Amino acid sequence: MYIHKRRSNKEIIGGSITKRRKIDGRNQNEHCEATENRVACYRVLDDHGYPIAGTTFDQVDEETAVRMYKSMASLEIMDSIFYEAQRQGRVSFYLTSTGEEGISVATAAALSPHDIILPQYREAGILLWRGFTIQDFANQCFGNEDDHGKGRQMPVHYGSNHLNFFTVSSPIATQLPQAAGVAYSLKMDGKDACAVAFTGDGATSEGDFHAAMNFAAVMEAPVLFICRNNGWAISTPISQQFRSDGVVVKGQAYGIRSIRVDGNDALAVYNAIRAAREMVVREQKPVLVEALTYRVGHHSTSDDSTKYRSLKEIEEWRRSRNPVTRFRKWVESKCWWSDEEEAQLRGTLRKQVLKAIQIAEKIKKPCLEDLFSDVYEQVPSNLRQQEKSLRQTINKHPQDFPSDVPLH
Amino acid sequence: MAATILHGVGATTALSSINYNNSRRSLPERKRTSLVIQCDGSLSSGLNISNNRGAKLSTNAVATKQENVTASTTSKPGHELLLFEALREGLEEEMERDPHVCVMGEDVGHYGGSYKVTKGLADKYGDLRVLDTPIAENSFTGMGIGAAMTGLRPIVEGMNMGFLLLAFNQISNNCGMLHYTSGGQFKIPIVIRGPGGVGRQLGAEHSQRLESYFQSIPGIQMVACSTPYNAKGLMKAAIRSDNPVILFEHVLLYNLKERIPDEEYVLSLEEAEMVRPGKHVTVLTYSRMRYHVMQAAKTLVNKGYDPEVIDIRSLKPFDLHTIGNSVKKTHHVLIVEECMRTGGIGASLTASINEHFHDYLDAPIVCLSSQDVPTPYAGALEEWTVVQPAQIVAAVEQLCQ
Repeated sequence: MYIHKRRSNKEIIGGSITKRRKIDGRNQNEHCEATENRVACYRVLDDHGYPIAGTTFDQVDEETAVRMYKSMASLEIMDSIFYEAQRQGRVSFYLTSTGEEGISVATAAALSPHDIILPQYREAGILLWRGFTIQDFANQCFGNEDDHGKGRQMPVHYGSNHLNFFTVSSPIATQLPQAAGVAYSLKMDGKDACAVAFTGDGATSEGDFHAAMNFAAVMEAPVLFICRNNGWAISTPISQQFRSDGVVVKGQAYGIRSIRVDGNDALAVYNAIRAAREMVVREQKPVLVEALTYRVGHHSTSDDSTKYRSLKEIEEWRRSRNPVTRFRKWVESKCWWSDEEEAQLRGTLRKQVLKAIQIAEKIKKPCLEDLFSDVYEQVPSNLRQQEKSLRQTINKHPQDFPSDVPLH
Repeated sequence: MAATILHGVGATTALSSINYNNSRRSLPERKRTSLVIQCDGSLSSGLNISNNRGAKLSTNAVATKQENVTASTTSKPGHELLLFEALREGLEEEMERDPHVCVMGEDVGHYGGSYKVTKGLADKYGDLRVLDTPIAENSFTGMGIGAAMTGLRPIVEGMNMGFLLLAFNQISNNCGMLHYTSGGQFKIPIVIRGPGGVGRQLGAEHSQRLESYFQSIPGIQMVACSTPYNAKGLMKAAIRSDNPVILFEHVLLYNLKERIPDEEYVLSLEEAEMVRPGKHVTVLTYSRMRYHVMQAAKTLVNKGYDPEVIDIRSLKPFDLHTIGNSVKKTHHVLIVEECMRTGGIGASLTASINEHFHDYLDAPIVCLSSQDVPTPYAGALEEWTVVQPAQIVAAVEQLCQ
């Protein structure tokens, strides 16, 4: 049915709006359930690692590409060994990035080291890129005295102020409004850097996600929001998480420029993040990037995802849609990588990770004093008293307390 | 500005080494500089500003207007202002001193804040440093935390403390914890402030006493101001502290008038204030209840009692030094608070005093609190949920029998 639109001469709050004469109509905007007309997805490499004809993208030089591939492969290997270590009871908990290596590594490669990262928990690839050593990862997982976090957080809750990576905090989406604050701080200082906040598909249901997007838009804060839409929030598939066309449309709702990218295509992610970051810093406005991917692993070591999804689905993504393999094919096609180098990388890295675990296991745990320090800037008298009281109890009943925690 | 020495938490003074159970130990000499005003628990010290204040009791306990109370220790006359202006003055001085200090909250910018604490600041410092946020308490508190972790010193204003219940997740899980869980890598020098307490028919949701909910959170400090003098001093101290501090103001105290010193001063965050020295009973209170207590004290004095009134000011941690010295002297304790009976500051304080000073008590501690009910809107009912001077008088009489 033809709808006759007339321009209104009067200004309505929010700008002048064209009027319509009927309620019913074939207006597309009303049919927004995620079935038709989905937002297009930016992609560069096809499933076999060949650039798709007609795609616009910036080439990555050999050094960067090889480094990216090595980081992605390292992350994959490190994850599988730590996961096994947890299964053997050597580490209490672990969370892998399996299937999502492309997102964290390609993002890290595209950003500046001054950009401040506010992670959710599946972004270890960024730390790997920025220089966190395998030993650092192991130390945190074992919570020993060399851990930067002094053994206070669960495994995979890494943090490093030197590498501009905020300590992971377990509650979901709390880092998103904090990112607005970081961006606010950078904006005040006029720095050539932005805040980069990660979130998953599940976290977009949290109130903090919406408020953070709104804040960033209203305050014109330089935040780059990256949503790893991996299809699952523990056992909740995205069809039960939201009914919109993914997360990219939500950015649009807040007046934020948004793009959807194939998260398993490291080259596409690299390009998209590069462009997004430049936009964020130059225009001091937020941008949302939705990276479509798949969580190949279980949510964590406390989960068995075969209980709620088919093995066939998992295997298909692991085999034929693996981001590491896809990127490897591209790098090999440029003759920048070979089978020999692959074998050598895997061999060396495996040994390195196993060794790091062995060493981390043997390093002393943080001493008792560290139970009470850093609660405040300086230890207050009431905590000193509690420490004293605890020591007295330990002295009286040493057999009832763990023997591997140093008292001094 | 020459070094403004602050009495930090756990700073090396005799405070931390005192054995509270040793009755023979004499009171330590407390250091005093010209800029940091500390409250000396000792009666003989003439330098105690609060002693001077104790000499003039306030006649009107329901404090919307108050006569002038002397507070200055110096010969300069000082200047008179209202409590909300004192908060603003402290805030402005700190913003002037340190460009990292910024304010965020609802309507704090050009509107000047719902209680006018930030009036004029946006004009002076721009609307980036005095930021109007959308209505999402958890999020702007989170934003403040993120900004603090990146080097700023934000002051987050909750329009009413009750709304900060929405920010509980950020305050508890992040603000209080991140310094610890990051291994000391990130600090959070944030100040969270706003008006709370029972007002005049503001309804249950606007009459919350958040100090009871927050007191358990490790990693934060809590202070409550009650006079223009301590409001300004505590505001400045809170901003300068590297720990996250929650500053509790009271809706009914914003228009209190007082003369405060012209020269700069910063109070200690961990100290209680001796309002009126005495010898029969230690009355511990804070915020608005201080005025009800002082009104009751007037009646009590006429009846021949000599109550010692201490405004505890520091809600977390408690100033057990000042409180302890008082208990050792009077052997009777009455706590007067606005929190509910269950789980309030009074409940914790009772437990703490019993634990440390049990041997000095001649009678069980009495705690007067509000009932465990939501604050009703009807004026008469609302008045009955708040501890009144008559109840305080009766409690002291009973305690001192």
